[in-house]
Amino acid sequence: MTFWSLLTVNSITFGGLLFLLSAGFSLIFGLMRIPNLTHGSLFMLGAYVGATMVGGLIGISTDFWIAALVATIVVAAFGAVIERFLLRQLLGNERAQVLMTLGISLMVADFCLMVWGGDPLNMSTPAHLGGFVRAGPLAFPLYRLAIIVIAMIFAAALWYLLDRTRLGAMIRAGVDDAEMARVVGIRVSRLFTIVFALGAGLAAFAGVIGGPILSVYPGLDQDMLPLALVVVILGGTGSLLGSFVGSLIIGFIYNFGQALLPELAYFVLFLPMLLVLILRPQGLFGRQMP
Amino acid sequence: MAVRLSRRKLLAGASAIAGASAFPMPSIAQKAPFKLGLLTVKTGPLAQGGIQMEQGVLTFLKEKNYMMGGRKVDFVSADTGGNPAGTKTKAQELVERDKVDVILGPLAAFELYAINDYVIQHKTPVLSLAAADDLTQRKPNPYLLRASATSSQAMHPMGHYAATELKLKRVVTVVEDFAFGYEQMGGFQDAFEKDGGCVTKKLWPPLVTPDYTPYVAQISDCDGVCQGFAGSNPLRFMKAYASAGLKYPVVTGETGGDDALLKSFGDEALGLVSCCPYTLDLASDGNQRFVDGIRKDFDVIPGFYAAGLYVNCQVVDAALKATNGDASDKTKFMAALKAVSLTDTPRGPVKFDHLGNVVGTFYVRRIVKEGAKYGLKLWNKTIKTYENVSQFWTWPEKEYLAHPVYSRDYPALRKC
Amino acid sequence: MTGRLVALTIGAIVLLTVPLWMPGIYYVNVTSQILFYAIFALGLDVLAGYAGLTSLGHAALFGIASYATGYILGLGAGHTVAIIGAMVIGLISTAIFAALSLRATGIGFIMITLALGEILWGLAYRWISMTGGDNGISLHGRPAPFGIALSDANAFYYATLLVFVVSLAAAYIFIHSPFGAALRGTRDQPRRMNALGYHVWMIRFWAFMFSGLLTSISGILFVYYNQFISPPTLALTSSAEVLLMVIAGGAGSLFGPIVGAALVVIVKSIVSGFIERWNFLLGAIFVAIIIFMPDGLVPGTQRLLRRWRSAAKTAKAAKTRSAS
Repeated sequence: MTFWSLLTVNSITFGGLLFLLSAGFSLIFGLMRIPNLTHGSLFMLGAYVGATMVGGLIGISTDFWIAALVATIVVAAFGAVIERFLLRQLLGNERAQVLMTLGISLMVADFCLMVWGGDPLNMSTPAHLGGFVRAGPLAFPLYRLAIIVIAMIFAAALWYLLDRTRLGAMIRAGVDDAEMARVVGIRVSRLFTIVFALGAGLAAFAGVIGGPILSVYPGLDQDMLPLALVVVILGGTGSLLGSFVGSLIIGFIYNFGQALLPELAYFVLFLPMLLVLILRPQGLFGRQMP
Repeated sequence: MAVRLSRRKLLAGASAIAGASAFPMPSIAQKAPFKLGLLTVKTGPLAQGGIQMEQGVLTFLKEKNYMMGGRKVDFVSADTGGNPAGTKTKAQELVERDKVDVILGPLAAFELYAINDYVIQHKTPVLSLAAADDLTQRKPNPYLLRASATSSQAMHPMGHYAATELKLKRVVTVVEDFAFGYEQMGGFQDAFEKDGGCVTKKLWPPLVTPDYTPYVAQISDCDGVCQGFAGSNPLRFMKAYASAGLKYPVVTGETGGDDALLKSFGDEALGLVSCCPYTLDLASDGNQRFVDGIRKDFDVIPGFYAAGLYVNCQVVDAALKATNGDASDKTKFMAALKAVSLTDTPRGPVKFDHLGNVVGTFYVRRIVKEGAKYGLKLWNKTIKTYENVSQFWTWPEKEYLAHPVYSRDYPALRKC
Repeated sequence: MTGRLVALTIGAIVLLTVPLWMPGIYYVNVTSQILFYAIFALGLDVLAGYAGLTSLGHAALFGIASYATGYILGLGAGHTVAIIGAMVIGLISTAIFAALSLRATGIGFIMITLALGEILWGLAYRWISMTGGDNGISLHGRPAPFGIALSDANAFYYATLLVFVVSLAAAYIFIHSPFGAALRGTRDQPRRMNALGYHVWMIRFWAFMFSGLLTSISGILFVYYNQFISPPTLALTSSAEVLLMVIAGGAGSLFGPIVGAALVVIVKSIVSGFIERWNFLLGAIFVAIIIFMPDGLVPGTQRLLRRWRSAAKTAKAAKTRSAS
């Protein structure tokens, strides 16, 4: 009983974290057709900035949420710079994008090692979210439940942004057909910068939120990027619903797969991904891939 | 620093070209600098331990003013990148280009395996932290000297302590799914069950596991847990463990409770009992000198990676003294290295068995808040000291080596 | 055309005399590494450059051939059996890879190959009875064809060079054959090729097989060179690394992957000895290449040369015109 409920709650928590990580990746891919291999690095960068501020490594220890906000803004700005100055001229050249984003991620990883050293950084849970929620004999850590709520809020906000605002309408138009959007007078290039910054900020925010669970260490980028890929492949690119459902599915597969099929632990993420790719290459909710 | 090293390397390269025919000139060799090579990892995910290793060496060299056994030391540090092919290339660089007398490192077992045959061929003494049991047991490398511990060496006393002092009866083990993990848990199970304990379940999460909760959820029906994680994984495991509300005591080996992690651990690590060949807590002149030195030079709290390399340097220094600074005959120098016996290293007394593995002191510590020094909030307080621990624990060598090396399935789980 | 001939002759002389002018064995060994990584990169280039199918799982095929060599030798077989066996196993694996991944193109293809690579990486860790887990497989000794012991660094270099030249020639013939033209057609105009009656899938499949052949060959050279194989060789970072070689040098050109391989190997093994933050440097180099030569080093340089030449020509023409 404890086993099942603990895993179920954790699957949703992990799914929530994956959603925060992958929503940006999916949007960027859907709109700009860029396989953004810096996404793990942006996640890690956010986590490092957050951990630095929360842990008081620069002298003063800030509030968790302020740290999250600052990390989001800093990394979003960094993302905007990457898009504007490095990625923009590569539109349509998929291989150049791969090399560029991998190159940037190598630089970011080594930069983090240079600045923060190799030792892992701990990030404590925000004080008011410590402790447990008890339900009969069961106890769930409050922070993990909070992640679910945060992911829900973000899912709703993103849905509102994409579905109910002018900006969202433009983004959707861009995802559907960038050329057509340009023809009707949408400044697609500006849209690209905004979406890339948004995606980068979301990744950084996920890094801070994930910090208390994952801690921050060199190699975090390489650990997270495949997860984002798996979610987006499963859910389909450019679809918010896809990354939402994909995250939840991966959350469950990851948790129950590892617990129930320990012999397959190494393959628990990639086997389902492979099956989906082979049977339905566009993902569960995606359109036909280019 | 890097620039100075590189210029020296350039010179080394140039002299290697000049002396390509290499006439034997012992008198010059005596005065020429002693060449000390280090294989470490300074980039990528394994950099954590690798950077500490280099700091340990540099602390020693600074303390001794770059002199070993009366000879000036030429130190070359090489970054393997943490992969086997890179390690091989860098070993070639050290041996073929820089003509080092001794190699310190590498860090990981798979790195050591990658260069094992190569260093035997080139008769280059290697002092490694890499813990792969069999390289000083069933497939001994005559040029390997290990002053730290085999994978299972610290887990033997841990198993004994868990059974006899913590009075644990039923333990679940959890460790990464690779050789270092198998050997650690095999050692724990072997010693723990010898003293009446019983391992009830073994969990093997893959190397990359962002969240350990799926494994923590399987821990039940026991009165203790043994984890053997390395790198930053102990942090994440202890967090997931605490988040699941589990309260069984947790024991671990040298990597799972390393002193260098103390500043990263949160309160969830309180009470963690670890067994380690080094402890920051050791009150001895040798340790104090080391800790003061590394804190002054690098402003870091050392763990067993840094201490291990510092001890390795002491061993090389002592062997050079014994041979009057002559390291030209590799076989003789290797014999001198194996014969080293030191009393005042940061980890206490150190000597070697005939296979080149350390016989030394192991410390059982518990993480507490009281008595934390150097600005730390947590402290590994020594609660028991095991002296003269060999890689065979209390078994006779022959009997021990007759068993297969510890693996995923050996020792097998038994009904209890 | 004569310029190219001169360049090729100079290149051949330089490569043939490497052991004579390199300052020490270590550098000869590094050159051997460049050559077998160049074969690997060439193999990926056939797929990524000429077929337009970017694979992020090629290190798995490379690793399979390496493991197969080590495993067969471990059974007590001779080198000939091991090498042929490894090629056969490598090609069978390639066929399976191709059958699974050619269901998609573009990003879907990248992701399928990535997933396959990750699964094989996991398998290398977990199938311990076969692979030795993370302790890997050690080889003892290299072959001695015609009595020449390849355990000698120079001999191994020349053997690698020979294999490299043969591979390069094979790739040249492959690319410039009608099949190669059809392959480029499937990259640029798959629908039209289909309409013209070409079997696009089959063309891609055979290109994948040829790519797998080169990859297996380099994997075998790799394992003989290192005398060791373990799971990190199959990791995603290895696949990414060889892809970086191809793209940095210039995908879709024969010399691009060779230049890319040389670049990466030199930074990793030689520059890393001088510059502590070599990973940052490597990243910066990739970014710089893309900014200044988005098609890669070799096509980029060629374009520069062409522009420079035509500029010189127009200048000359202008001069003669003004003189008359």
